[in-house]
Amino acid sequence: MIDEGLVQQTLGAALRTGGEFAEVFVEDRRSSSVRLDDGRIEELTSGRERGAGIRVVVGETTGFAHTADLSEAGLRAAAEAAAAAARGGGGGTRTVPLERRGAPAPHLVTVLPETVPKAAKVELLNRADEAARAAGGAIRQVMAGYVDGRRRILVANSDGLLASDDQVRTRLAVTAVAAGDTGMQTGYDTVAGTVGFELFDTADVEEVARRAAQRAITKLRARPAPSGQVPVVIKSGSGGMMFHEACGHGLEADLVAKSASIYRGQVGERVASPLVTLVDDGTVAREWGSLAIDDEGRPAARNVLIEDGVLTDYMWDFLRARKEGRASSGNGRRQSYKHLPMVRMTNTYLLDGDGDPDDIVADTPYGVYLAQLGGGQVNTATGDFVFGMTEAYLIEDGEITDPLRDANLIGNGPEVLRAIDAVAGDFAMIPGTCGKDGQSVPVGCGQPTLRVTGSGITIGGTAA
Amino acid sequence: MSRDGTGTIGDLVALVEKVAGWARDGEQVEAYAVRGRRTSVRAYEGEVESLTQADSAGIGIRVVTAGRQGFASAGSLDAGIVAETLEEARDNATFGSVDEFVGLAEPDGAEPPAIDLYREALEAAPTDRKVELAIELERAVRGADPRITGIRVAAYGDSLGEAALATSTGIRAANRGTSCSLSVLALAADGDHTQTGFGVSVGREPDELDVAEAAADAAERATRMLGATKTASRRLTVVLDPHVTASFLGIIGGTLNGEAVLKGRSLFAERVGEQVAAPGVTLVDDPTDPASLGAGPYDAEGLASRRTALVEGGVLRGFLHNTYSARRAGTVTTASAVRGYASTPGVAPRALAVAPGPLALDELLAEVGEGFLVQSVSGLHSGVNPISGDFSVGAEGVLIRGGEQAEPVQEVTIASTLQRMLLDVVAVGGDLEWLPDGTGSVSLAIRDVSLSGT
Repeated sequence: MIDEGLVQQTLGAALRTGGEFAEVFVEDRRSSSVRLDDGRIEELTSGRERGAGIRVVVGETTGFAHTADLSEAGLRAAAEAAAAAARGGGGGTRTVPLERRGAPAPHLVTVLPETVPKAAKVELLNRADEAARAAGGAIRQVMAGYVDGRRRILVANSDGLLASDDQVRTRLAVTAVAAGDTGMQTGYDTVAGTVGFELFDTADVEEVARRAAQRAITKLRARPAPSGQVPVVIKSGSGGMMFHEACGHGLEADLVAKSASIYRGQVGERVASPLVTLVDDGTVAREWGSLAIDDEGRPAARNVLIEDGVLTDYMWDFLRARKEGRASSGNGRRQSYKHLPMVRMTNTYLLDGDGDPDDIVADTPYGVYLAQLGGGQVNTATGDFVFGMTEAYLIEDGEITDPLRDANLIGNGPEVLRAIDAVAGDFAMIPGTCGKDGQSVPVGCGQPTLRVTGSGITIGGTAA
Repeated sequence: MSRDGTGTIGDLVALVEKVAGWARDGEQVEAYAVRGRRTSVRAYEGEVESLTQADSAGIGIRVVTAGRQGFASAGSLDAGIVAETLEEARDNATFGSVDEFVGLAEPDGAEPPAIDLYREALEAAPTDRKVELAIELERAVRGADPRITGIRVAAYGDSLGEAALATSTGIRAANRGTSCSLSVLALAADGDHTQTGFGVSVGREPDELDVAEAAADAAERATRMLGATKTASRRLTVVLDPHVTASFLGIIGGTLNGEAVLKGRSLFAERVGEQVAAPGVTLVDDPTDPASLGAGPYDAEGLASRRTALVEGGVLRGFLHNTYSARRAGTVTTASAVRGYASTPGVAPRALAVAPGPLALDELLAEVGEGFLVQSVSGLHSGVNPISGDFSVGAEGVLIRGGEQAEPVQEVTIASTLQRMLLDVVAVGGDLEWLPDGTGSVSLAIRDVSLSGT
């Protein structure tokens, strides 16, 4: 990808003004995407981004510069700009011996998407379109998207680290629009993984399309969601996003250090129901947030954040860990070479309990059954979060009854964690995109079916 | 701005003209190239937390052959990569579905507005001045109120950007601009409870930034929320702060997109000429107005910017279009193409603004009497369905009692539908504010909104 001697030279240039730490991050990303809309293949798109981000740390200050020019001159100019931004006291010439460090890939890609004919990618979407339209006469519109990306990264730093990774991700998503007497409704489904085109050896494209279509059709007869605090049973899988927002972000050490987290100073304390064990794990094979190394060269790891309801640790990146004199937890990630890394989640999930999902519903006299969540957002300082419900039903007398129209639900992270009173053993994961300070990274989320009692979640519907 | 920071946009123009000139017989080629320089500074506890300086550039190439479109982009202007990108776009075009309306824009004779978005002063500003602004901002927020206990982000950011576009159909467009901003997210605490508040200031050069105002806004927003509780579920009148109004405007602007209308995804299809909003509501997209940071001489297909009235006196007047959606709808483009270099042109408002009403905020609150002043909403991307119109979003703010701001409220949601919300506007504020995304927004009072709390 880039000559090691050149990397070493660039590190030297970055350290010339007395930097305590310097890092070179090189990225070469290729992507291809296909979009189907309105029954037509609208376009195929290819993208290529390649460049380097160079960071120099002096005291509390980080200087950062990036360039798309990977020549010796381009890298030197960026290294000098980063060094000038973080002016240190010393200076002089330093040569850093680099030692290559490996990390196991969470999954070995068998079919690189770049080797797959474009026609095969187009064909997937045509099949999705056909299957969604065949799901019912009410389907008016189908949008389907395919995207693959290969991201090769190399990280070298003044501690002598040299590490690289080759991250391949593939995704297909379908949105269906159904129309009826009550207006239009939409349904969405997706399949994605940190895998190559072999994703489609096991993923059933037609099934993804049918699920999206069925969600839209079902909602045509949906009634307004209730308004107020009600018990909520969250189906395994998509509710994982809620725990990503409700507590994951608050456990990011950078936010904790700035007192912008409600979990500050709570390590060792009970922060959740004893049924809750929360893990962030970048090593899970095939999942959307998996990686061999993070964007600071640290191997991905499995980190237990909450164990049996007790907060065990936060997530760490290099800079925050360095300040605390400990090791990074492998959670330093960035959107691209144009961005500074920060503490980010990988795959964040709640472990299985020993309940039975059907029993949990049967034990709920009245409530909401959440089968699919849309996006969400959290204010880490207060713990308040909000989430869209994109497939939900009423629970009446222990049975799942009418579908509900889309609405947001709102809750408070610490309160929801304490209000979990049943956890099943049917764990599942879903892919998601996490945004923080304007940077997006792929993440995985998961959880078994569980119930949040009446005081935890407020449903923001319009029904009386 | 060229590599040495003093040159002109000439080489970028030459590049896109060269690429457009590579079009073969029966083929249309569009090249769109951008180049920019960005500085950002974050301050924390009186020191520079991070300082980023970066140049970037990229090109997007669109090829249309026999009614099929292909696209490719690269984050580099390197000659070899540009040539590869064109080949990739050509190859991609062979897989698109045939669509008789696909094609590049053609010159339409419209004159671009004479607006200058570039300020020498920004290009000349020394880094030390930018660092000082970020540090001053942090100091000002910390000093604004003793209950301010921390800062999540205090940042200065700026960018100089230039863009050039050329097509084999004869379009030529180039422009450059500068912008800068201050943004801060403050934390206020009272016992165990922490609240947050943001403040922003935007301009085209550093002297246009207002540190004191951004700091005061953030401090007020954070401190007035201290002691916030939930409130009982009910229907009430809400007053949306201009930032909140803008969030909803963004979504409503999306429903007035001609492409969504054609694809059967707009709430407002077939409703031109009808009363879709209260009579006090007028919505205009006017990228020729330099007051908006979204203004510019050209749209992203290189056509001259123009003013488009979308809703006048509550009556729907029309939709926004780019070249493709206009051709397919049998109308003319409103020059509403928007894009980055890595994507094909979509359709979106560029400088959407609500015509301000007669009332200052205190008069508007007095007229409302009892209600809920919403200072921020969350979950917009998940809580608003622009196709069905249903929305339900997290909200925080202060209750309005006797026409005055009263106790703070958090962890509630507000819900209605976009269709009803527009018709239920009871007062439009006169507090027009131009926001970082280019929107011109005001405070808006809307009756009969469902609040879900306890």
